[in-house]
Amino acid sequence: MSSTETPTTEPTTPVEQHKEHPTPRQYVNIAVVLAVLTALEVSTYFFDFGVIAIPLLVILMAVKFVYVAGFFMHLKYDVKIYSRMMYSGLFLALGLYSFAVLVILFDSAPSL
Amino acid sequence: MSAEVHTTTLGIDHRKLGIWTFLGSEFLFFGAFISAYLLYIDTTANAPGVEIFDIPFTSISSFVLLMSSLTMVLAHHAHTRNDMRRMRLWILATAGQGAVFLGGQVFEFTVFYREGLALSSSPFASSFFVLTGFHGIHVFVGVLLLMSVYTLSLTGKIKPGQDVKTEMIGLYWHFVDIIWVIIFTVVYLIPEIAVG
Repeated sequence: MSSTETPTTEPTTPVEQHKEHPTPRQYVNIAVVLAVLTALEVSTYFFDFGVIAIPLLVILMAVKFVYVAGFFMHLKYDVKIYSRMMYSGLFLALGLYSFAVLVILFDSAPSL
Repeated sequence: MSAEVHTTTLGIDHRKLGIWTFLGSEFLFFGAFISAYLLYIDTTANAPGVEIFDIPFTSISSFVLLMSSLTMVLAHHAHTRNDMRRMRLWILATAGQGAVFLGGQVFEFTVFYREGLALSSSPFASSFFVLTGFHGIHVFVGVLLLMSVYTLSLTGKIKPGQDVKTEMIGLYWHFVDIIWVIIFTVVYLIPEIAVG
Protein backbone atom coordinates (compact mmCIF):
# COMPACT_ATOMS: atom_id res chain seq x y z
CA MET A 1 0.00 0.00 0.00
CA SER A 2 1.26 3.44 -0.73
CA SER A 3 0.41 6.90 0.44
CA THR A 4 -1.77 7.33 -2.65
CA GLU A 5 -4.58 5.16 -1.29
CA THR A 6 -8.05 6.53 -1.90
CA PRO A 7 -9.51 8.20 1.18
CA THR A 8 -12.69 6.70 2.61
CA THR A 9 -14.40 9.64 4.21
CA GLU A 10 -15.59 9.03 7.72
CA PRO A 11 -17.84 12.00 8.50
CA THR A 12 -17.79 13.63 11.89
CA THR A 13 -20.94 14.51 13.75
CA PRO A 14 -22.05 18.17 13.96
CA VAL A 15 -21.19 18.36 17.66
CA GLU A 16 -17.68 17.07 16.97
CA GLN A 17 -16.54 19.93 14.79
CA HIS A 18 -13.51 20.63 16.95
CA LYS A 19 -10.61 23.05 16.92
CA GLU A 20 -7.54 22.42 14.76
CA HIS A 21 -5.13 19.90 16.31
CA PRO A 22 -1.43 20.73 16.81
CA THR A 23 1.09 20.29 13.99
CA PRO A 24 3.82 17.58 14.14
CA ARG A 25 6.33 20.26 15.15
CA GLN A 26 4.09 21.31 18.03
CA TYR A 27 3.73 17.66 19.09
CA VAL A 28 7.54 17.34 19.15
CA ASN A 29 7.77 20.54 21.25
CA ILE A 30 5.24 19.10 23.71
CA ALA A 31 7.27 15.86 23.89
CA VAL A 32 10.43 17.90 24.62
CA VAL A 33 8.62 19.65 27.49
CA LEU A 34 7.49 16.23 28.82
CA ALA A 35 11.06 14.91 28.55
CA VAL A 36 12.42 17.91 30.50
CA LEU A 37 9.75 17.45 33.19
CA THR A 38 10.67 13.75 33.45
CA ALA A 39 14.35 14.66 33.80
CA LEU A 40 13.41 17.07 36.60
CA GLU A 41 11.42 14.31 38.30
CA VAL A 42 14.34 11.89 38.12
CA SER A 43 16.72 14.57 39.44
CA THR A 44 14.85 14.49 42.77
CA TYR A 45 16.29 11.00 43.23
CA PHE A 46 19.89 12.12 42.67
CA PHE A 47 19.80 15.51 44.41
CA ASP A 48 18.38 16.47 47.77
CA PHE A 49 15.40 18.78 47.25
CA GLY A 50 14.47 18.70 50.95
CA VAL A 51 10.85 19.20 51.94
CA ILE A 52 9.81 20.43 48.49
CA ALA A 53 10.72 17.13 46.78
CA ILE A 54 7.38 15.35 47.23
CA PRO A 55 5.13 18.38 46.47
CA LEU A 56 7.34 19.07 43.43
CA LEU A 57 6.92 15.48 42.19
CA VAL A 58 3.13 15.68 42.61
CA ILE A 59 3.01 18.96 40.67
CA LEU A 60 5.26 17.58 37.89
CA MET A 61 3.09 14.45 37.67
CA ALA A 62 -0.06 16.58 37.39
CA VAL A 63 1.49 18.81 34.69
CA LYS A 64 2.61 15.77 32.66
CA PHE A 65 -0.85 14.25 33.05
CA VAL A 66 -2.57 17.41 31.80
CA TYR A 67 -0.13 17.74 28.88
CA VAL A 68 -0.64 14.16 27.66
CA ALA A 69 -4.43 14.27 28.17
CA GLY A 70 -4.83 17.76 26.73
CA PHE A 71 -2.54 17.61 23.70
CA PHE A 72 -1.88 13.95 22.83
CA MET A 73 -5.40 12.74 23.73
CA HIS A 74 -6.85 15.95 22.23
CA LEU A 75 -9.04 16.72 25.24
CA LYS A 76 -8.11 20.38 24.84
CA TYR A 77 -9.64 20.33 21.36
CA ASP A 78 -12.51 17.81 21.64
CA VAL A 79 -16.00 18.17 23.08
CA LYS A 80 -16.10 18.61 26.87
CA ILE A 81 -18.01 15.39 27.58
CA TYR A 82 -14.87 13.32 26.91
CA SER A 83 -12.96 15.30 29.55
CA ARG A 84 -15.84 14.77 31.98
CA MET A 85 -15.80 11.02 31.34
CA MET A 86 -12.08 10.82 32.07
CA TYR A 87 -11.92 13.15 35.05
CA SER A 88 -15.01 11.59 36.67
CA GLY A 89 -13.17 8.24 36.59
CA LEU A 90 -10.05 9.86 38.00
CA PHE A 91 -11.87 11.66 40.83
CA LEU A 92 -13.86 8.53 41.69
CA ALA A 93 -10.51 6.70 41.98
CA LEU A 94 -9.15 9.45 44.26
CA GLY A 95 -12.36 9.24 46.30
CA LEU A 96 -11.91 5.49 46.63
CA TYR A 97 -8.36 5.97 47.97
CA SER A 98 -9.48 8.70 50.40
CA PHE A 99 -12.26 6.46 51.66
CA ALA A 100 -9.86 3.55 52.15
CA VAL A 101 -7.44 5.79 54.09
CA LEU A 102 -10.27 7.09 56.26
CA VAL A 103 -11.44 3.55 57.08
CA ILE A 104 -7.90 2.55 58.08
CA LEU A 105 -7.44 5.71 60.18
CA PHE A 106 -10.68 5.09 62.06
CA ASP A 107 -9.85 1.41 62.41
CA SER A 108 -6.42 2.12 63.92
CA ALA A 109 -7.60 5.02 66.15
CA PRO A 110 -7.33 4.34 69.91
CA SER A 111 -10.68 3.39 71.41
CA LEU A 112 -12.23 5.78 73.96
CA MET B 1 -18.09 1.24 0.97
CA SER B 2 -18.24 4.52 2.81
CA ALA B 3 -18.41 4.15 6.57
CA GLU B 4 -21.48 5.68 8.13
CA VAL B 5 -20.95 7.69 11.29
CA HIS B 6 -22.91 6.38 14.27
CA THR B 7 -24.01 9.11 16.61
CA THR B 8 -25.40 8.98 20.11
CA THR B 9 -28.40 11.05 21.26
CA LEU B 10 -25.73 13.52 22.42
CA GLY B 11 -24.76 14.00 18.77
CA ILE B 12 -21.26 12.60 19.20
CA ASP B 13 -19.58 9.52 17.72
CA HIS B 14 -20.61 6.53 19.84
CA ARG B 15 -17.24 4.84 19.26
CA LYS B 16 -15.35 7.71 20.85
CA LEU B 17 -17.87 8.02 23.67
CA GLY B 18 -17.50 4.28 24.20
CA ILE B 19 -13.70 4.38 24.43
CA TRP B 20 -13.81 7.37 26.80
CA THR B 21 -16.34 5.57 29.03
CA PHE B 22 -14.04 2.56 29.03
CA LEU B 23 -11.00 4.72 29.88
CA GLY B 24 -12.95 6.43 32.69
CA SER B 25 -13.70 3.01 34.19
CA GLU B 26 -10.04 2.04 33.77
CA PHE B 27 -9.07 4.88 36.09
CA LEU B 28 -11.16 3.23 38.79
CA PHE B 29 -9.52 -0.12 37.98
CA PHE B 30 -6.01 1.26 38.43
CA GLY B 31 -7.13 3.58 41.25
CA ALA B 32 -8.06 0.50 43.29
CA PHE B 33 -4.65 -1.12 42.75
CA ILE B 34 -2.71 2.10 43.43
CA SER B 35 -4.77 2.56 46.62
CA ALA B 36 -3.95 -1.01 47.71
CA TYR B 37 -0.24 -0.43 47.01
CA LEU B 38 -0.15 2.78 49.08
CA LEU B 39 -2.05 1.15 51.93
CA TYR B 40 0.30 -1.87 52.03
CA ILE B 41 3.55 -0.05 51.30
CA ASP B 42 4.96 -0.66 54.81
CA THR B 43 3.87 -4.28 55.12
CA THR B 44 7.04 -5.89 53.77
CA ALA B 45 7.10 -8.89 56.18
CA ASN B 46 10.95 -9.01 56.22
CA ALA B 47 11.01 -9.21 52.39
CA PRO B 48 12.59 -6.36 50.39
CA GLY B 49 10.66 -3.07 50.26
CA VAL B 50 10.85 0.04 48.10
CA GLU B 51 14.66 0.18 48.48
CA ILE B 52 14.83 -2.62 45.89
CA PHE B 53 13.70 -0.26 43.09
CA ASP B 54 16.27 0.68 40.48
CA ILE B 55 15.18 4.27 39.74
CA PRO B 56 17.69 4.98 36.90
CA PHE B 57 16.56 1.84 35.06
CA THR B 58 12.83 2.56 35.56
CA SER B 59 13.42 6.18 34.49
CA ILE B 60 14.67 4.99 31.10
CA SER B 61 11.63 2.69 30.69
CA SER B 62 9.34 5.58 31.65
CA PHE B 63 11.03 7.86 29.15
CA VAL B 64 10.62 5.27 26.36
CA LEU B 65 6.90 4.88 27.13
CA LEU B 66 6.43 8.65 27.27
CA MET B 67 8.07 9.08 23.87
CA SER B 68 5.86 6.32 22.45
CA SER B 69 2.94 8.70 23.01
CA LEU B 70 4.66 11.13 20.64
CA THR B 71 5.04 8.52 17.89
CA MET B 72 1.42 7.42 18.47
CA VAL B 73 0.05 10.92 18.04
CA LEU B 74 2.22 11.36 14.93
CA ALA B 75 0.72 8.12 13.52
CA HIS B 76 -2.77 9.52 14.05
CA HIS B 77 -1.76 12.84 12.51
CA ALA B 78 -0.35 11.06 9.43
CA HIS B 79 -3.62 9.10 9.11
CA THR B 80 -5.67 12.31 9.21
CA ARG B 81 -3.48 13.50 6.30
CA ASN B 82 -4.13 10.17 4.48
CA ASP B 83 -0.37 9.46 4.56
CA MET B 84 -0.68 5.73 5.22
CA ARG B 85 3.00 4.91 4.70
CA ARG B 86 4.07 7.36 7.40
CA MET B 87 1.18 6.28 9.62
CA ARG B 88 2.38 2.67 9.50
CA LEU B 89 5.94 3.76 10.21
CA TRP B 90 4.92 5.63 13.38
CA ILE B 91 2.64 2.74 14.43
CA LEU B 92 5.62 0.36 14.19
CA ALA B 93 7.79 2.80 16.15
CA THR B 94 5.14 2.98 18.88
CA ALA B 95 4.78 -0.81 19.06
CA GLY B 96 8.58 -1.12 19.19
CA GLN B 97 8.82 1.26 22.12
CA GLY B 98 6.02 -0.63 23.86
CA ALA B 99 8.00 -3.85 23.37
CA VAL B 100 11.13 -2.20 24.83
CA PHE B 101 9.10 -1.10 27.87
CA LEU B 102 7.73 -4.63 28.31
CA GLY B 103 11.23 -6.10 28.01
CA GLY B 104 12.37 -3.71 30.74
CA GLN B 105 9.51 -4.77 32.98
CA VAL B 106 10.28 -8.48 32.49
CA PHE B 107 13.94 -7.78 33.34
CA GLU B 108 12.93 -5.76 36.42
CA PHE B 109 10.57 -8.47 37.69
CA THR B 110 13.27 -11.12 37.18
CA VAL B 111 15.81 -9.09 39.18
CA PHE B 112 13.29 -8.51 41.98
CA TYR B 113 12.42 -12.21 42.11
CA ARG B 114 16.10 -13.17 42.36
CA GLU B 115 16.55 -10.66 45.18
CA GLY B 116 13.71 -12.24 47.17
CA LEU B 117 10.68 -10.20 46.16
CA ALA B 118 8.09 -12.66 44.84
CA LEU B 119 4.34 -12.21 44.34
CA SER B 120 3.52 -13.84 47.69
CA SER B 121 6.47 -12.46 49.71
CA SER B 122 4.43 -9.74 51.42
CA PRO B 123 1.31 -7.59 50.99
CA PHE B 124 3.66 -4.90 49.59
CA ALA B 125 5.06 -7.33 47.00
CA SER B 126 1.59 -8.60 46.01
CA SER B 127 0.19 -5.09 45.55
CA PHE B 128 3.29 -3.98 43.62
CA PHE B 129 3.34 -6.94 41.23
CA VAL B 130 -0.43 -6.90 40.65
CA LEU B 131 -0.44 -3.15 39.91
CA THR B 132 2.59 -3.04 37.64
CA GLY B 133 1.75 -6.46 36.15
CA PHE B 134 -1.73 -5.31 35.15
CA HIS B 135 -0.20 -2.21 33.62
CA GLY B 136 2.22 -4.43 31.69
CA ILE B 137 -0.72 -6.51 30.42
CA HIS B 138 -2.34 -3.28 29.22
CA VAL B 139 0.86 -2.36 27.36
CA PHE B 140 0.97 -5.85 25.83
CA VAL B 141 -2.66 -5.53 24.67
CA GLY B 142 -1.76 -2.10 23.26
CA VAL B 143 1.14 -3.57 21.26
CA LEU B 144 -1.20 -6.26 19.88
CA LEU B 145 -3.75 -3.58 18.91
CA LEU B 146 -1.04 -1.53 17.21
CA MET B 147 0.18 -4.53 15.24
CA SER B 148 -3.45 -5.24 14.26
CA VAL B 149 -3.82 -1.68 12.97
CA TYR B 150 -0.55 -2.08 11.06
CA THR B 151 -1.65 -5.37 9.47
CA LEU B 152 -5.20 -4.17 8.70
CA SER B 153 -3.76 -1.05 7.13
CA LEU B 154 -1.40 -3.13 4.96
CA THR B 155 -4.26 -5.34 3.77
CA GLY B 156 -6.46 -2.33 3.05
CA LYS B 157 -8.99 -3.02 5.83
CA ILE B 158 -8.12 0.29 7.45
CA LYS B 159 -8.24 2.97 4.80
CA PRO B 160 -7.29 6.61 4.52
CA GLY B 161 -10.10 8.72 5.96
CA GLN B 162 -10.81 6.15 8.69
CA ASP B 163 -8.56 7.89 11.16
CA VAL B 164 -11.05 7.46 14.03
CA LYS B 165 -9.79 3.86 14.24
CA THR B 166 -6.19 5.02 14.75
CA GLU B 167 -7.42 7.70 17.13
CA MET B 168 -9.21 5.13 19.33
CA ILE B 169 -6.14 2.87 19.56
CA GLY B 170 -4.15 6.04 20.25
CA LEU B 171 -6.46 7.05 23.10
CA TYR B 172 -5.94 3.63 24.68
CA TRP B 173 -2.17 3.92 24.22
CA HIS B 174 -2.01 7.44 25.72
CA PHE B 175 -4.10 6.20 28.63
CA VAL B 176 -1.57 3.43 29.31
CA ASP B 177 1.16 6.10 29.21
CA ILE B 178 -0.74 8.47 31.50
CA ILE B 179 -1.26 5.69 34.06
CA TRP B 180 2.48 5.04 34.02
CA VAL B 181 3.10 8.77 34.64
CA ILE B 182 1.14 8.29 37.89
CA ILE B 183 2.72 4.91 38.76
CA PHE B 184 6.27 6.17 38.17
CA THR B 185 5.76 9.05 40.60
CA VAL B 186 3.50 7.47 43.22
CA VAL B 187 4.88 3.91 43.25
CA TYR B 188 8.58 4.46 42.50
CA LEU B 189 9.82 8.02 43.10
CA ILE B 190 7.88 9.29 46.13
CA PRO B 191 8.40 6.15 48.29
CA GLU B 192 12.13 6.10 47.39
CA ILE B 193 12.51 9.72 48.45
CA ALA B 194 10.40 9.21 51.57
CA VAL B 195 12.62 6.28 52.61
CA GLY B 196 15.70 8.41 51.88
